[in-house]
Amino acid sequence: MADNKLGRQTVTFKKFPQIYMAFSTAGKKEGQGPLKNWFDSVLEDDKIGQRTWEEAETKMLKDTVVGAVRKAEIDKHEIDVIFSGDLINQLMSSSYAVREMGIPFLGLYGACSTMSESLIMAGAFVNAGYSKYAAAAASSHFCTAERQFRMPLAHGNQKPPSAQLTVTGCGCALLRESEGAAGCCEGKPVYVTGGTIGKIVDKGINDTNMMGAAMAPAAVDTIETHFIETGRGPEYYDMIFTGDLGKIGKDIVKDMLGKKGFDMTKNYEDCGCMIYGEDQDAHSGGSGCGCSGSVLCGYIFKNMKSGDLKNVLVVSTGALLSTISTQQGESIPGIAHAVAISTEKERF
Amino acid sequence: MKKSKNEKDAKKRYEKYVSGFTPSSRSVSNGIKAFAVGGALCTAAFLIQVFIQQSFGLENKEAGRIVTVGLIFTAQLLTGLGLYAPLAKFAGAGVIVPITGFANSMVATAMEFKSEGPVLGVGSKLFQLAGPVIVCGISVSVIIGLVYYVMGMFGLTLPWI
Repeated sequence: MADNKLGRQTVTFKKFPQIYMAFSTAGKKEGQGPLKNWFDSVLEDDKIGQRTWEEAETKMLKDTVVGAVRKAEIDKHEIDVIFSGDLINQLMSSSYAVREMGIPFLGLYGACSTMSESLIMAGAFVNAGYSKYAAAAASSHFCTAERQFRMPLAHGNQKPPSAQLTVTGCGCALLRESEGAAGCCEGKPVYVTGGTIGKIVDKGINDTNMMGAAMAPAAVDTIETHFIETGRGPEYYDMIFTGDLGKIGKDIVKDMLGKKGFDMTKNYEDCGCMIYGEDQDAHSGGSGCGCSGSVLCGYIFKNMKSGDLKNVLVVSTGALLSTISTQQGESIPGIAHAVAISTEKERF
Repeated sequence: MKKSKNEKDAKKRYEKYVSGFTPSSRSVSNGIKAFAVGGALCTAAFLIQVFIQQSFGLENKEAGRIVTVGLIFTAQLLTGLGLYAPLAKFAGAGVIVPITGFANSMVATAMEFKSEGPVLGVGSKLFQLAGPVIVCGISVSVIIGLVYYVMGMFGLTLPWI
């Protein structure tokens, strides 16, 4: 038992579940951004011929899972479980996307932290031998999030520079046990070596236009815990990515961890800062489950396959607020989960 | 949950710390844009009102009503064409505060919630944004009316009424 975990929050996967294949989808705007060449699929328009925005997000998620299955050249019935989540009430997009696929489904709500949450869960299931193939997915859509959490699309208003833009995008990773999987796909094998499960951290920010500041302390807590429990430091990783803190949150993480003695200035990026260009009017940056979902399953996975990145820590960050908690004046609880990904079978 | 004093202090400290990382809104340039666009809009509306009044021999109030309807119609049409949101992003309060903002808030919700059906979607959400404005507006007018009434009892009047 004890050698499957380090400290209280960090889990290690001794059997090194492998990310066999990953597929990422991006919306039109994201597909025009700096990462445009890294996505597997870019939507021509964000409604993709559907009746409603929710149907569009559902179709995007379904197409992404199907895309990953096709690319891996397996049958979807070989997937024993799918962990998936999104931002819409009662996990609407995930439930409806999986509805017709006949894959056993465990829905997750981790707000924008869902991608690393689902990856840890899928890794644990594969590591424990409960699943041969397990899928981890997360999606978000600007138009469904906007109408649920903010204002109607056609409503005229101005946003402060600290506001973030929900990413229309989606990622799906297919995990399987590494034994017997050698030579499965081109490129280096990519393993999920473990992860650090985050605690909720709430510093009392109420303003929903300050998501980066609300989530940054949770990211700091998880990253610090990860370093302490694994004995690794920032220099161990080629790159450390947070999910969707945006420019402000990223600066806060650098500053707070710097004060704790961890130098994050050299190899740290935020997916929310990477996904949009300066000229794309995204204010502080991107947010949403699809932000780290599409960047992880696109840019990061492909860079690891090619061997350009060897050891990566992905820390998806989430704001666990609801539309009700905001109206009742509650502050925004932040969460972050770290997942360690490597092209080598390296134990913590 | 009620917050203790320590928690409140910690919250304030963190907010102060965060403000060091947060760029402030461009209040001055936003204000100038709002003033210019809002002012131009109102001046144009006034000139049209005078023109209608003189050309068709209408009363001041009648011409005013026609111009109001025209403003509402234009804002609604622009919303439907998807041009109002970019305009409001640029001009801010200049087009949000006048009656155009009110018109936009109703058409935007109608468009957004069409997918939930005409009754429970559009019907119930039409005033989602405009409703609070009406409620607050009427509430404040009642309070001002009471103040005015009480002042009248003491023989006081407001110079501009």
